[in-house]
Amino acid sequence: MSSFTSKTFIDRLIRENFKFFTGVPCSLLSGLISYLEEVEDAKYIPSVREDSAVGLCAGAYLSGSLPVLLMQNSGLGYCLNAFTSLNLIYRIPVLVIMSWRGQGGKDAPEHIIMGDISQKLLETAGMDYAVLKPENCDQVLETALKKINEEKLPYTLLIEKGLFDERH
Amino acid sequence: MRGTEAFQELLPLLKDEPVVHANGFICRESFTLKDREANFYMIGSMGLASSIGLGVALCKPDRKVIVLDGDGNVLMAMGTLAMIAAQAPKNLVHVVIDNEVYESTGSQRSLSNRVPLELVAKSSGYREALRVNRKEEIKPAFEKLMNSEGPSFLLIKVEPCFDPKTGRVTHTPEEITNRFMNSLRRP
Ligand SMILES: Cc1ncc(C[n+]2csc(CCOP(=O)(O)OP(=O)(O)O)c2C)c(N)n1
Ligand SMILES: [Mg+2]
Repeated sequence: MSSFTSKTFIDRLIRENFKFFTGVPCSLLSGLISYLEEVEDAKYIPSVREDSAVGLCAGAYLSGSLPVLLMQNSGLGYCLNAFTSLNLIYRIPVLVIMSWRGQGGKDAPEHIIMGDISQKLLETAGMDYAVLKPENCDQVLETALKKINEEKLPYTLLIEKGLFDERH
Repeated sequence: MRGTEAFQELLPLLKDEPVVHANGFICRESFTLKDREANFYMIGSMGLASSIGLGVALCKPDRKVIVLDGDGNVLMAMGTLAMIAAQAPKNLVHVVIDNEVYESTGSQRSLSNRVPLELVAKSSGYREALRVNRKEEIKPAFEKLMNSEGPSFLLIKVEPCFDPKTGRVTHTPEEITNRFMNSLRRP
């Protein structure tokens, strides 16, 4: 198995035709974003809030692009109205790469509650997701692509600490 | 001028441009006066018409893209003005129907009587930002912006006048998506 890095993962997404990236940074995603800023075949547009990023992705999708939103789970609350009153009812898909701060109760205090309820919030909203691992990447991406291309619905990949390299 | 008059002036100036509408009264008034396939009626997600429009403008650089926004919507997502200014799409025209209230929910005051939104846009870095108060000014201002490089901002000051009997958008959200995407697929 080839190694699983920020670069191999983004290159894989670009091969699957995801070329429009936006988001709000998280340290867990810093390696991904640094690579996106240098790679030629994709563009990364900084967003100021996660819900604006959802809107931006929706516009990209409506114009025929496949968008990816990178965000920390602390931005999930900002996005719920956009997911439920835009993406889900209009059938506007987006691939969400969401870092999972506060997972297992081991993190800074501000992340603990959201870390505990992130999966429940996604489930309650009817947003499908999977926890991404190097070993399940192929299968998870296949599920995500089906959701996005066939059902035209969003799909979220939860990213645990340590999955990707971080830049400090 | 009354809000409806602004729409009556503006809508005949449109050709086949994609127009992303803010929620509430803006969608309903535009839909009732002139429904178009290239209209994206955003019925929820208040504040996001501008970011949706930015996404379209960045991915369709050869089309002029119009956002038809409301003052309350703009105030909810002022950070998006910075995103638009920073990305600086030449093909984006951001029109705001400014009635200084949240008319759709019963005309509660917004902040735009105290905060000049065109100055916010201009100082954020929009290439051009105009304010018009009279309906005769709409056509020349809009045509000027449509014929120059953006991103540009047109603030149309109006008095609230919404007739609650005005119809709601009858297309389903999925239909709105499909129609709008079809209109964008054509060159
Ligand atoms: C997140 C959110 N908060 C509140 C509302 C209720 N709401 C619907 S339309 C609207 C007012 C929009 O104001 P503006 O953009 O000025 O448009 P106007 O109604 O004046 O035409 C509000 C507050 C909503 N739909 N979504
Ligand atoms: Mg208003």
